Amino acid sequence: MSVEEETLDPALHRQLGLTDSEYQRIVSILGRDPNRAELAMYSVMWSEHCSYKSSRIYLRTLPTEGRHVLLGPGEGAGIVEAGGMAVALRIESHNHPSYIEPVQGAQTGVGGIVRDILSMGARPIALLDPLRFGPLPVEGRGDPAVAERNRFLVDGVVSGISAYGNCIGVPTVGGEVAFDPCYSGNPLVNVMCVGVAPMDRIKLARAHGPGNVVLLLGSRTGRDGIGGVSVLASSVFEAGSETKRPSVQVGDPFMEKLLIEACLELIERGVVVGIQDLGGAGICCATSESAANAGTGMRIDLDRVPKREPGMEPFELLTSESQERMLIVVTPEDAEEALATCRRWGLEAAAIGEVTDTGRLEVYHRGVLAADVPAASLGDGPVYDRPARKVSRADPPAGLGLEAPDDLASAVLALVGDPTLCSKRWVWEQYDHQVMLGTVAGPGHDAAVLRLPGSTTRIAVTADGNGRWCAADPYLGTCHAVAEAARNLSAVGAEPIGITNCMNFGSPERPEVMGDFAESIRGMSHACLALGTPVTGGNVSFYNEHAGASIDPTPIIGMVGIVAEAGPPALGFQTAGDLVALLGTTRPDLAGSEYLRMTTGRPGRESGLPALDLDFEAALGRVARSAIGRRLLTSAHDCSSGGLAAALAEACLDAGVGATVEPERGPDGPMAAHVWLFAETAGRILVSLAASDLPALGAVAAAEGVPLTVLGVAGGDALAVGETLSLPVGELRRAYEDTLPQAMKL
Amino acid sequence: MTARVAVLLFPGSNCEQDVLHAFGCLGVRAEYVWHHATDLGGFDAVVLPGGFSYGDSLRTGAIAAFSPVMGAVRAFAAEGGPVLGICNGFQILCEAGLLPGALRWNAGLKFICRPVDLRVETAATPFTRGAEVGQVLRIPINHFQGNYYGPPELLAELIATDRVAFRYCDNPNGSEGAIAGVISAGRNVLGMMPHPERAVDPSVGGTDGAVILTSLLDSLVAPAGPGSARQ
Repeated sequence: MSVEEETLDPALHRQLGLTDSEYQRIVSILGRDPNRAELAMYSVMWSEHCSYKSSRIYLRTLPTEGRHVLLGPGEGAGIVEAGGMAVALRIESHNHPSYIEPVQGAQTGVGGIVRDILSMGARPIALLDPLRFGPLPVEGRGDPAVAERNRFLVDGVVSGISAYGNCIGVPTVGGEVAFDPCYSGNPLVNVMCVGVAPMDRIKLARAHGPGNVVLLLGSRTGRDGIGGVSVLASSVFEAGSETKRPSVQVGDPFMEKLLIEACLELIERGVVVGIQDLGGAGICCATSESAANAGTGMRIDLDRVPKREPGMEPFELLTSESQERMLIVVTPEDAEEALATCRRWGLEAAAIGEVTDTGRLEVYHRGVLAADVPAASLGDGPVYDRPARKVSRADPPAGLGLEAPDDLASAVLALVGDPTLCSKRWVWEQYDHQVMLGTVAGPGHDAAVLRLPGSTTRIAVTADGNGRWCAADPYLGTCHAVAEAARNLSAVGAEPIGITNCMNFGSPERPEVMGDFAESIRGMSHACLALGTPVTGGNVSFYNEHAGASIDPTPIIGMVGIVAEAGPPALGFQTAGDLVALLGTTRPDLAGSEYLRMTTGRPGRESGLPALDLDFEAALGRVARSAIGRRLLTSAHDCSSGGLAAALAEACLDAGVGATVEPERGPDGPMAAHVWLFAETAGRILVSLAASDLPALGAVAAAEGVPLTVLGVAGGDALAVGETLSLPVGELRRAYEDTLPQAMKL
Repeated sequence: MTARVAVLLFPGSNCEQDVLHAFGCLGVRAEYVWHHATDLGGFDAVVLPGGFSYGDSLRTGAIAAFSPVMGAVRAFAAEGGPVLGICNGFQILCEAGLLPGALRWNAGLKFICRPVDLRVETAATPFTRGAEVGQVLRIPINHFQGNYYGPPELLAELIATDRVAFRYCDNPNGSEGAIAGVISAGRNVLGMMPHPERAVDPSVGGTDGAVILTSLLDSLVAPAGPGSARQ
């Protein structure tokens, strides 16, 4: 049968986001003009979102190999080994859908990443959500209408994550929430998922074995999210983007829960030859990828796809992004058992086609061959080396911020209560962070610590990024993000073993954005090599712009590590009389600090950032892990955004135990209290310990050349810094805890 | 004797593995029972775990209340067998009419996941016999619809008949009378919004919940008092 031919509007490919040269490439692949369905397939598969066409040449340069890496980039998720178990990890963005419809955008973001993990044969065990929004309506800052819209987005995104994650019974154990004006028209909703499987249970998206049956499981296919990847994810927002709402999908977490249980049962029964999630580009992507990966082909009958409504055209059925669907390949002998398992879970499933040996994706609809393309050609899209221009930034004027504030106590309280630095309890109390009973340390810690199900192995997970620092210097800022993630893991006693990343950037069609992207990737490579954390995969989200302005470059680093038998220590001070000490050294680094942002309002790209010594970071990590492993520390807390002011305040608030400390001495005598408190020098961990353990800790630190300074003593009900500051813990707590509940009050 | 504990599995349940783990910490291997089951013969106690049965469609617990297994639960309870409904399990028991009252949206209209302090209001149940009246237990809540409601005459009756099992020390969700758990007239069916199974394993959330599960297990070995014994 020959393929159905159509005469198309000669400009149709442009409406679908394909360039003229891309169209010509399709014609040469097919040896003829594509029909509507085929054109739609190439347009979604060759979209920026699916093809990584602008980023691929850079991503190839990342270090991907390491002792613990079982599976690197290119699959549904990366996999590392921890305690003899396979740990799958992946992060993805759902930025644009969440701006248009925050509840559903966030819900489907969670659903999509969970299916990525499921597609590896792993049970999802944890979610983390790094979020970025424009400023909230606090203290009359900024445009009230924009701030009100931001508040609506925060409320919607958080309730979407809550509704979905809680229902599917996967704990949300961490993440970040930060605010900056650059995200007002383009919030970031990144979602990271971690899963676990026995090593021999790992599954791949491989449609092996011609004659095998292709099953579609889960929700019916409807007209929702048609071309979401090309319409939403791969273009810049313009005014009136609310009209793109029909491109946003709707989530059904109950269906997802059934899908998780049914798929894991099918894998356990040993009937799964290959498995792939349906996300961006729907059936078209799942069928072509799994066939191409196995070097096979596939024959699909769209009439057998369960549909939500009649009259759907082939291009709609092929590119629909209806949620909560999975594709499974089984042998003909196992097909009935697989279908029966789905029925038992109340899950709809249908055999929609079979694996062939032709290398082609043949799609039938009402008895007609509606599309016939080489399966591999859909995933083998164009690769661009786009113009990239490295933009140099000026350092901030020397001496900025060195003048002491009029009232240090007010400055500390303002910092602790700043929306970016304050307690995120209002957010994470809406997330079930305990289900599965593996959460040893949950939200509010430097990193989440998880006990793997059915095992004594514990892993630690964190997600970190600093858009302001990457705006100031995308290379160094990205190095800092990797270093901070590693420090967060070390502070809970975990050895970092790998990362996943989500690159949130502006339009790749702007040379300065590509320049930033290239620098950021270079920084990630450098830092990951230095810290022994290979890249297991990730996601690139371009076109994060609003009203002609790009967001700050915001790479998010999701890092996983293995926790030793001892640990984690507490985050803060527990016992009066314990010594308070600093591993590392504070320098007068106000460049890039939150303090500078709050007092001067400087945008990130004009703020500078502190220096970074990656070898020192590695040594600091070894010292922290060794000290925790030997149970020398009562508490440990990474010192980063907000400097020691934030770290000391959080350490005091953890158990309501205050502290009396003195600033460190610089080369010219004691540092000014405010500089010492607000500087954001890298390479520091704040610890507390029994006085009797000080010599042992000193020896551990000295062996690695890491300075250890005793700052003072824990105890009392205030945070006191020399003679210059004494803040009651209760006052700190109000400042820290009240900001978000007040800002979010309806 | 080894107690046989059934943990019911509805589509959308998600705390069943945690209940199993908690009983495991106490040396008992609980068993899953699928929602299509029609017989609970051979079991000594039944637990309805938390989660989102049927995705909370219609109302929380409204559809699960009509599951085939609920007929068996009704029969089991009628014979005096101990039934514990946790969170969504409590909601299902209310929808099924095995417990009085209803659970509304939290007063703050937000989902809440947080450890709370609970005051034990009666020790005269198989689930609280190991606790003392007035004892405060720290146990997590994790719900959007945990705001207990009953008409004034029901609340008066619950108090008069000593059927309020727990009250919140600091009412987090707007429940009438800060009620966190109620016991049936036969004193063998307990519904509670907090999750005792999340406070049994010391490495992930304290041990205050163990008193409830241990009381239940003890009652199976040595039934005490009228109403709590299984015939």
